[in-house]
Amino acid sequence: MSVFEPGSIVEERKDFIHTKGRQKKSLKCDSDSIAGCVSQRACVYCGARVVLNPVTDAVHLVHGPIGCASYTWDIRGSLSSGSELYRNSFSTDLQEEDVIFGGEKKLTAAIDQLVEKYPTKLVFVYATCIVGVIGDDLEAVCKNASLRHGIEVIPVESSGFIGNKAAGYRAACHALLRLINSGVNQDNNKVEKIPMSVNYLGDFNLAGEAWIIQNYLHPLGIKVNTNFTGDSTYRSLKDAPKASLNIIQCAGSMAFLAKEMEEMFGIPYMNISFLGVEDTSGSLLRIAEFFNSHKAVKAAEELINREEEIVKPLIEGYRREFQGKKAAVYVGGGFKAISLIKQFREIGIEVVMVGTQTGRPEEYETISDMVEEGTVVLDDANPTELEKFMMEKEAHLLVGGVKERPLAYKLGIAFIDHNHDRKHPLSGFAGAVNFAGEVYSTLCSPVWKYLK
Amino acid sequence: MKKVNENSCHMCMPMGGIFSFKGVEKSMVILHGSQGCATYMRRHIAEHFNEPVDVASSSLNEKGTIYGGEKNLKQGLDNVIKIYNPKFIGVLTTCLAETIGEDVDRIVSAYLKEKGLVHLSAAAVSTPGYGGSHSEGYLKACHQIVAALAKKSPGHNKINVIVPNISPADIREIKRILNIMGVDFTLFPDYSNTLDQSFVKPYQKMPTGGTKISDIQSMSGAVATVQTVLTAGKQPTAGAYLEKEFGVPLYETPIPLGLENTDIFLNTVKRITGKEIPRSLGEERGRLLDAMIDSHKYNFQGRSILFGDPELVLAAVGVCLENGVFPVVVASGSKNTRLQQLLQPRFNQLNREACFLTGADFVSIREKAVEYKANIAIGSSEGKYLTEKEGIPLVRFGFPIHDRVGGQRLLSVGYNGTAMFLDRITNTLLENKLNNYRRKMYESFYRGENKELIGAELRWKE
Ligand code: SF4
Repeated sequence: MSVFEPGSIVEERKDFIHTKGRQKKSLKCDSDSIAGCVSQRACVYCGARVVLNPVTDAVHLVHGPIGCASYTWDIRGSLSSGSELYRNSFSTDLQEEDVIFGGEKKLTAAIDQLVEKYPTKLVFVYATCIVGVIGDDLEAVCKNASLRHGIEVIPVESSGFIGNKAAGYRAACHALLRLINSGVNQDNNKVEKIPMSVNYLGDFNLAGEAWIIQNYLHPLGIKVNTNFTGDSTYRSLKDAPKASLNIIQCAGSMAFLAKEMEEMFGIPYMNISFLGVEDTSGSLLRIAEFFNSHKAVKAAEELINREEEIVKPLIEGYRREFQGKKAAVYVGGGFKAISLIKQFREIGIEVVMVGTQTGRPEEYETISDMVEEGTVVLDDANPTELEKFMMEKEAHLLVGGVKERPLAYKLGIAFIDHNHDRKHPLSGFAGAVNFAGEVYSTLCSPVWKYLK
Repeated sequence: MKKVNENSCHMCMPMGGIFSFKGVEKSMVILHGSQGCATYMRRHIAEHFNEPVDVASSSLNEKGTIYGGEKNLKQGLDNVIKIYNPKFIGVLTTCLAETIGEDVDRIVSAYLKEKGLVHLSAAAVSTPGYGGSHSEGYLKACHQIVAALAKKSPGHNKINVIVPNISPADIREIKRILNIMGVDFTLFPDYSNTLDQSFVKPYQKMPTGGTKISDIQSMSGAVATVQTVLTAGKQPTAGAYLEKEFGVPLYETPIPLGLENTDIFLNTVKRITGKEIPRSLGEERGRLLDAMIDSHKYNFQGRSILFGDPELVLAAVGVCLENGVFPVVVASGSKNTRLQQLLQPRFNQLNREACFLTGADFVSIREKAVEYKANIAIGSSEGKYLTEKEGIPLVRFGFPIHDRVGGQRLLSVGYNGTAMFLDRITNTLLENKLNNYRRKMYESFYRGENKELIGAELRWKE
């Protein structure tokens, strides 16, 4: 057995790490985490839960032992304009005897009790690890409950071991499609489209981000038909086929859904990004142009001019403070990483390390094209690798989630949150200022000078 | 009967186990199961302690689940050793590994033998998430760690002090008190440093701290064990193990939190070691008494609800009872009946009733809190639900505290810690009162709206 070498990279991990300009070979990604490497990744259930949880008026029932539900109670900062039902955490709290004899009865009873207590049209039932193993027939239980109560009870196939977080995104999309497609006499192909309307996919309304975008599109004469899934409801999701365009913010979670919806309902889709000034302006224009409306384009230009005039000097001010600073990025999806690289460029910061939990091959290619020579790109990184490369590349700042924050701080470097439960928006023009402001608040804090 | 848990008040077994292992010198934990469990627990722990918490996973996938996860676990152990070079490895099972029937004990010992890893110790603990709450997981892992490490050793003059899941600051305080008393001791598990590291350069991936393995090995030769756990019930504990296997006398006391409990703890130590309680501790006691007098009238208006780990709830109820912050709802997510058994006599003595909930969730806690007119809640951050829904202010205590900083620094044990804990309670009551009394009085007397109050504020017995 090989001996311990501090900071060494495990052999099986080498293909997941790439330094731009050094190797030709493409990066390995989208595969299982390697045992014992302390992956920062979550599970299938988690992926499904983060996507579906923002559906505000649904009962979200976790079929499984208590921990899985306990750790995900209200951990997203998704805001609601109406129902607060989604902020509860319901669990069948499986016990030993359920594991032995099966949990179907308990699940049935749980659904009945919840539906009676919390009148709703929609129940999502999430499968956790052991449900797949004990062989509960989720499909049948849900179907029966659905008939009994005359509402939608939708199983989410998110057993933890069947893949990684990305498989959970997919499970969530399947559940959403099922919701859209089910129901009596619904022929979604014949649904009349609302002109100048979009579905906004892959925004979870963290700190009201979906509302910001809605406010930008409104003066352009563009209606947001349905959000997936920030601040969405049973009704609004059912209405999704009426949109004439799907715009996708978080491609990692929603690209699949967009493709399916194009096929099923003939809704074209477009990747957009509202992170950073450049992306926000560009995306607004592209959306307006899509509708072939001179008026919309003009309105977009006006809005962009107005906002940029306010925002640009602010960001320019920050930019001057950031000279020579280098950033590292470790986030959930590839798309977010790409946006962040651009956003850092806007504020004059070079990105020297980029990693994601669930990036896809084409996203890693884009990343690789964007970054400077010598930048380290890595998939499914662990704390040891994050530490090693941040030190080697002399990053001053890390962007990541809750687990990464203490690591950055212990290394004495700045940190910004790009996680599910942040309390300030990072989307749109306002978000761009917030982003720069947050970078400033951490990079330029007096605390670092005491660590020398 | 309730068939669904609505907003859980407890976590799962392996979560508790992680803490116990973090209290052992240079130890690393691997969870045998799917990737998510480890990540969720790390996230939870990181948020509370604001520390990096490396916990590995055997990252079981579909194949491993169907054909057995032995290969995954062994590969995981390989990598953990390569990356972390630990002295001690904890293997905890999750729901998944348990359900597919993995024999981790066998796998782990076979592994160590195959690789000839003589310098390395390991303990495997079966902690199915559905087998109990994090509180049970914690005690079980403590038991198993001691069982794996303790060896017959010559007698010495140290005492063992075994603690439940308290804050790093609390552990440090207990050590300070024992040092002041001039007692030689082994405190286990000691995560006061590993989960609350000071800032050092370079960063230590395996933080120093934790109970020394050699010290755990010789816990068997100690004069006695003081285990500050009363709620374990029938569950085997590390202290009971040492008594049974090595004849180390076991003294069980409550956590030294509260005036009476701290007295009990110190007197127990005094009785065992023959050491006098020094004057400086007497002064600390006096200062606590002074603080209790200063705030007693405000506290008398408190009607508290307590929830969380049974052992912590037990201690916190003690503080409430000593100070007239009357506990009206006492709840735990664990299915623990010991808590009520222990507390009932004290309530009877006072001729008062409290509502006890075991295996509780927050929907039931909320219901009772309203019914019993609680005006202050004491427990983890999850209690913010009560604040949000019912306007009941929350004193954060226990684990997890993820919506405030400093969970790891909350000091509540000993005379000093109790005074600080009490101040937090009193000040929360005061803040609530001062924020609301103008409106309340206006509504009651000027508009005559609040019939129920009839102007009487100071009612305790009702
Ligand atoms: S309840 Fe079971 S599956 Fe869920 S996090 Fe805990 S150990 Fe993992």
